[in-house]
Amino acid sequence: MHDSNANHRGHIRPAPESFLEPELVADISANGVNEQRRGLLRGALATAVAAMSGAALASESDPDIVNIPEWSRILGKSVATNPYGLPSKYEANIIRRQSPGLTQTDQASVAFTPLQSTFGMITPSGLHFERHHQGWVDIDPRRHRLMINGLVSKPLVFTMEELMRMPSVSRMHFLECGANTALEWGNSAVPTVQYTHGMLSGSEWTGVPLSLLLERAGFDKSAKFLLAEGADGSSMTRTINMENALDDAIVAYGQNGEMLRPEQGYPLRLVVPGVQGVSWVKWLRRIEVGDMPYAAKDETSHYVDLMPDGLQRQYTSIQEAKSVITSPSGGQKLMSNGYYCITGLAWSGRGSVKKVEVSVDGGRSWREARIEGPVLPKMITRFNFDWVWDGSETLLQSRVTDSTGYIQPQRSELVSVRGSRSIYHNNAIQTWRVNQSGEVENVQLG
Amino acid sequence: MFSLAKRGVLALVFVSPLSLATDYPEALYQLGRPATEAEVAAWDIDVRPDFKGLPEGAGSVEEGEVLWLEKCAVCHGDFGDSNEVFSPLVLGNITPEDMETGRVASLQDPAVVRTTLMKVSSLSTIWDYINRAMPWNAPKSLETDEVYALVAYLLQLGYIVDEDFVLSNNNIEEVQAMMPNRNGMTTDHGLWSVNGEPDVVGSDCTDNCDVGTEVVSFIPDYAMNAHGNLKDQVRDYGPFPGIQTAPEGESETAQEPVSSVPESILVSNGCTGCHQVEGQLVGPSFSDIMAKYAGQDAAEYLKGKIKNGGQGVWGSMAMPPMAQVEETSLQTIADWLAAGN
Repeated sequence: MHDSNANHRGHIRPAPESFLEPELVADISANGVNEQRRGLLRGALATAVAAMSGAALASESDPDIVNIPEWSRILGKSVATNPYGLPSKYEANIIRRQSPGLTQTDQASVAFTPLQSTFGMITPSGLHFERHHQGWVDIDPRRHRLMINGLVSKPLVFTMEELMRMPSVSRMHFLECGANTALEWGNSAVPTVQYTHGMLSGSEWTGVPLSLLLERAGFDKSAKFLLAEGADGSSMTRTINMENALDDAIVAYGQNGEMLRPEQGYPLRLVVPGVQGVSWVKWLRRIEVGDMPYAAKDETSHYVDLMPDGLQRQYTSIQEAKSVITSPSGGQKLMSNGYYCITGLAWSGRGSVKKVEVSVDGGRSWREARIEGPVLPKMITRFNFDWVWDGSETLLQSRVTDSTGYIQPQRSELVSVRGSRSIYHNNAIQTWRVNQSGEVENVQLG
Repeated sequence: MFSLAKRGVLALVFVSPLSLATDYPEALYQLGRPATEAEVAAWDIDVRPDFKGLPEGAGSVEEGEVLWLEKCAVCHGDFGDSNEVFSPLVLGNITPEDMETGRVASLQDPAVVRTTLMKVSSLSTIWDYINRAMPWNAPKSLETDEVYALVAYLLQLGYIVDEDFVLSNNNIEEVQAMMPNRNGMTTDHGLWSVNGEPDVVGSDCTDNCDVGTEVVSFIPDYAMNAHGNLKDQVRDYGPFPGIQTAPEGESETAQEPVSSVPESILVSNGCTGCHQVEGQLVGPSFSDIMAKYAGQDAAEYLKGKIKNGGQGVWGSMAMPPMAQVEETSLQTIADWLAAGN
């Protein structure tokens, strides 16, 4: 049996030691316990004990056990009460959120995935981050068409029926916006992992290999690039490398076992594994085969990485290896000392995750984390790390090594080469500070 | 006991490549049909940096100014310098030297706001984007000559062409040669190809690593609530509850509702792209609409206006038909506006 620890019951209240003000702890550490400080200690402890009385002192029984709860004494609801199931009402906090002031309009904007509250490697479709360029649309699939033209022997048109009749593949891949963590280039700017890293998801995508469609259209073997174009108001376009197109790109209609959500491009989107999300063109209506890059709006005005010499890196596409601890993370609070399972995500656009290490001393020393399989190429990998918190200030970091041997850099290393104004492709090591009160904050080290 | 959790034991997963199978039945290659010329013409609207795809046409700075004030200024400002709805397109900080070198020097200055004309290297991009996606609330509604005229006006705002300039498919390449940041892009980096060479690689040090561990940046206390009460953004049970960043008793749900219509309806149907509760945005404010139709039992009229669009009641800026709004949402919005509260 477990010890009947005072804060075992769901940790609704902090342990007594966490009731001490940080200033008092620091004062005692520096100057020892004098009479005045002893009095403050007694007071804090008394407050803590009073707060717990009636809750779960060691000798008392848990009322949620001895008083049989109401849900054990009723007839439950019928099947299909919610024909399309919904999360528990107790999970209402776990939603996509906007970062206030990030964008001036709600249509060309972002809603971030609550990474701090998701498990494993699949992002629930309803929590998948949103990034639109001119709002989202809900397209009638019976009226949607995919056209393939350009350097092909015959321009073709496909209906959804035809696409869904073709041989399909299902692959799990991460999807990360090139601007994920963009707010953190200059300084710690946003409080939680939802806002620092929440333009990231992992899904199973189902559709037709793009290579098969290109073969069907008889693409010119001299072709080097594709243009992918959406059917929404923005008709957003991006240039795709033929290398990616013929390797593992998918023209997808399925996500996590159902059709794509409208916010994810229903009924058809491009999946370009390992490449930034903006290239995964949603509401895909056309693919043009060509022999030069297209310099689309999101390849010249946006999604270019400004370097310190004033040059802009164009067609930056690959998402290099990156990892982040999702719990404990910024904005969360540890309620007592003791065991915690640090958990997080790692991924690489160039292959698979080979190793994840965790540091609890701001990067001075590293130990290997446990990988929670499966490990898939260009997909989120979950890692766990056993940690016993002793109540002292702690700097948490994670670092990934991918299958090419690439190691995730510290922020200072990245900034020394790229400066801090490139907006895109910030894959730096993230630091969370656990302070003595258990509160976790987003910080940067130097 | 189970030993699944043994450190370092990874699940081995076989993933088949998506390479072309050569043994698909021939009938597979009969799916899909040839596109007609008219179909390709209707959708193949992209313009490349070498201007392949650019339709014939012409438009003057003068014509562009008229169109600009009618269709673009409301979001971008009369001179393309507004920061209200979108980032500025032009701020007048391009120098003759930039035009000469094709490199905008002020891109190196952190104090200078980056504008579209400072960043963009290819004029085709501007033509293509305006043609496919502008105006914001009525994409693809511009005639070819109108796109030329608007591009000409924008170029004139950046002092790249003169006030009497007429842009056409015949002279656009000459203007390209004057684009201030035409030489400002590089593809010399490792992020274009999956096999590209990384420019920055981290250290594999595991002990006594030489890293700075001083906290040099953190979010100050006064800013902790800028994203709302963090306590309400995680599970309120479990090992990692959220920090209370708002005064006790003040939760998200306790905030004053801005209106009696669910804000989500207004947002999801795109209304808030052009309208807000107070103050003109692209279209009139909801409050102004309410005031105008107060006590007139105007719900049905307003439903029609939302569904079919309109122009002239509130000025020359047209409201596009919002045919996609579902009947129940339409009724809710119309009833709310007509009720005037």
